[in-house]
Amino acid sequence: MAWVNAIIQGVLTGGLYALFACGLSLMFGVMKVVNLAHGDLAVVAGYIAIGVITVTHIPTLWSFLIVVPVMAAIGYALQRTLIQASLDRGVLTTLIVTFGLSVVIENALLQFFTANSRGIGVGLPLVTESFSLGSQIQIAYLLVVIFAVAVLVLSGLQYFLSRSKYGRLIRAAADDQEAVQLSGADYRHVFGICAALAFGTVALGGIAYGMYSQLSPTTGTDTILLFAFAAVVIGGLGSLWGTLLGGVVLGVAQQIGAQVNISYELLAGYFVFLAVLVLRPQGLTYRRAQS
Amino acid sequence: MTTPVKRDGEVGGGTPLLEARDLTVNHGQLRAVDAISLRVYPGEVYAMIGANGAGKSTLLRTIAGLHQPAAGAVLLDGQDLTRVRPERRARQGIALVPEGRRLFGSLSVEENLKVGTAYARKGPWTIDRVYETFTWMKDRRNQRTAQLSGGEQQTVAIGRALVANPRVLLLDELSLGLAPVIVQRIYGMLPQILATGLTVLLVEQDVSQALKVASHIHCLLEGRTTLEGRPADVTAEQVEAAYFGLADAPAGPPAEGSESLWPG
Amino acid sequence: MSTVTETPARPAAGFRVTRSQRNVAWTGIAVLAVVVVMAMFPYFVYSGTTSVLVQAFIVLTMASMWNLLAGYAGLVSVGQQAFVGLGAYFVLILAINGISPFAALPVAAIGAGVVALPLWWLVSRLRSGYFAIATWVLAATIMLIIERFSSIGGGTGMPLPGFAGFDPTLLTAYTYWAGLAVTVITLLVIYLILRGRLGLVLTAIRDDEVAARSSGARVGWARMLVFLVAGAGCGAAGGVLAISQLQVQPSAVFSVQWTAEMGFATIIGGLGTIEGPIIGTAVYMVLQQTLATYNAWYLIILGLVAIVIALFARRGLWGLVDSRLNVRLFPVGYWLRLDGEANGRRTRTPRPRRPAKHGA
Repeated sequence: MAWVNAIIQGVLTGGLYALFACGLSLMFGVMKVVNLAHGDLAVVAGYIAIGVITVTHIPTLWSFLIVVPVMAAIGYALQRTLIQASLDRGVLTTLIVTFGLSVVIENALLQFFTANSRGIGVGLPLVTESFSLGSQIQIAYLLVVIFAVAVLVLSGLQYFLSRSKYGRLIRAAADDQEAVQLSGADYRHVFGICAALAFGTVALGGIAYGMYSQLSPTTGTDTILLFAFAAVVIGGLGSLWGTLLGGVVLGVAQQIGAQVNISYELLAGYFVFLAVLVLRPQGLTYRRAQS
Repeated sequence: MTTPVKRDGEVGGGTPLLEARDLTVNHGQLRAVDAISLRVYPGEVYAMIGANGAGKSTLLRTIAGLHQPAAGAVLLDGQDLTRVRPERRARQGIALVPEGRRLFGSLSVEENLKVGTAYARKGPWTIDRVYETFTWMKDRRNQRTAQLSGGEQQTVAIGRALVANPRVLLLDELSLGLAPVIVQRIYGMLPQILATGLTVLLVEQDVSQALKVASHIHCLLEGRTTLEGRPADVTAEQVEAAYFGLADAPAGPPAEGSESLWPG
Repeated sequence: MSTVTETPARPAAGFRVTRSQRNVAWTGIAVLAVVVVMAMFPYFVYSGTTSVLVQAFIVLTMASMWNLLAGYAGLVSVGQQAFVGLGAYFVLILAINGISPFAALPVAAIGAGVVALPLWWLVSRLRSGYFAIATWVLAATIMLIIERFSSIGGGTGMPLPGFAGFDPTLLTAYTYWAGLAVTVITLLVIYLILRGRLGLVLTAIRDDEVAARSSGARVGWARMLVFLVAGAGCGAAGGVLAISQLQVQPSAVFSVQWTAEMGFATIIGGLGTIEGPIIGTAVYMVLQQTLATYNAWYLIILGLVAIVIALFARRGLWGLVDSRLNVRLFPVGYWLRLDGEANGRRTRTPRPRRPAKHGA
């Protein structure tokens, strides 16, 4: 039964990982940008949330409404300036610049907030408690909520991309950024919106993680970035729902590893990631029929 | 098919809708377009012909804004657009149907058209009108464009440009990779397009096709003009000489009116 | 009217192609002199200074490797710390088994290079973004695996044995010489590589990869060799690191901070040149020493400077100097001398500033 518990735990954690991953998938799929600072931005969002809550004393759940739009705006600005400039100069530069950004952010957090980890207290019984299914299965309410939120966010994103004008433009720009200009769209603006979506969702993930666990300056790279990328690769680039599948596979692998030996948790996840990278780099959702 | 008559007269009459002045474009160290001037009047079908590498597509792309010229100017209705970004030019009414179609492969036919409407001007062209004009399209509108044939893709690309209701339609090498029958069918649509008030500037490697539809032709060789005039006024030999850059042009005085219609 | 113009071809001028502008022998002697002087440092310089210099040697070695990877082979690796750690642990394992850590250094380098082979097999087909993340994951994985073995310190690490009875001043001197030797050998190896056929392939890749492939250059082999050499180099640096710190801790030797330092140093100094990492390391050391008390600041500033340089001065500080003075410390390029010209004209073509736009 402990195994069943582990698997359920892993599946639900997949929702959190999907929140981390969908922004990365968007930016990589549309703009071919691997934002090495992706995870650190989630941590920044968490710290901003902590700051906002401390200063304004608003209920924690309201902090989402402030932090997510702020991060989205930061995402748009960063894309239009730094990232676009890097893209214009090539893949190498983009990797270097985003890596530089990641190091700068982490060390800035370290400098101003010390290496201590912090959590985002919610003060609701919802967060700390869990419910039971049978005698050996304990499921934390928070995880279920996060999973539900992830599903909502992915559905929303999917709907936005397939039905709305800007969603279409984003997909079109991903196919051919020159041709989209010929139809009157400024692809830099379109990319900016894509980045805003990516930063907004990863901010959500960061705050969720801060509630579920603890945030520290290095969480961005140790945990979030590598897990996000693993979820994208395992699930398959180009598919939003794939990030959920990838997240679930990652989460389950980790929990199974932890069952074998508590210190195998991370290793198990990395092994699955490496295995997929080597054996099936297109991921699990890739279908030949796609162009 | 009769060549349409220019509305604003021939020599120096009225403002050209689209004008290129001494346009020079470089591709790295190669001079692709060398001080080319052209004027397109409303309602015209202006055809640029020439061999591969003559600079025609580069010229068209420069007019659309995808290349910056080293010298010269591009004017739309007298307004200087040379420094304007391509998407703003599109919004002003220049619509390029690029070489190779360049459709959005992961989008459906209808979604491609919808992208075309994103920043459209007001005008007679709507998605429904495109469906009426190209009758096969409506039934296949949810199909992804990557699965269409070459000719079908070409018409979708034209449709995508049309729904933006441009003032000038730039067509780059329509016939590339298409069977002659299909090419003729597509060019056969031109009158319907012109009837809605559009002006067309096209680039075509198929000279006979160009001569059939054009009201004015302009031949390029290695980035320079070798011939200009109305199709009715030029002989096949002159076109051939201009196209291939043959040093020995046909003997005897050229037919009247076949030279450049304006000085310089 | 048809216009046909003819441009008369210029008559072929007489020309010669030479290896370097000035006599190589002089620069060689100068470099030798510098090395000899530096080797004498422990005799008349404070041990505090030599310790700082050892740090500089470590960073310079790693930066030169990162330069080879990113600046010449086009591989942005964010996981070189894997080899740094491996090198440190090779030294540790050998020291535990009675071999002097100094003697273990060459083994550490070779060992790291050998491990690089299967790792290359794992990542070689990956494109840039995937490659970067994969190297990062590999480094994290290797660290986790090594932490499982308590005999070499487990998760907390352990001190490096083999120094019992060593006089502290002598130890510092030996460490310094080890660091100097590793650096000199590294630079020599890089110089020889770039001067030879492999270097030609690498420079071609650096300038235009597609063109390099289509002209038949064996890009795959070149990249693999670079990856192996970089692994070995970082391994050697890791060995020196272990010796200089007298202990090996996984979180310290496998820290991604090493990649940050070697990456930033290279970029600031100049990607794609041999001199670049040297200058970059100097900048790094200056920053680190002046800001030593402000812990994380030097990385923040270094990172910001690297970002600015990556965007606006692609060839780094050395590139700024080089374009004005036309100087090369390490002659690996060619000069084209036209008859009648006093100074040769460089044949190096400038790297394209804006890559072809997607979809063009």
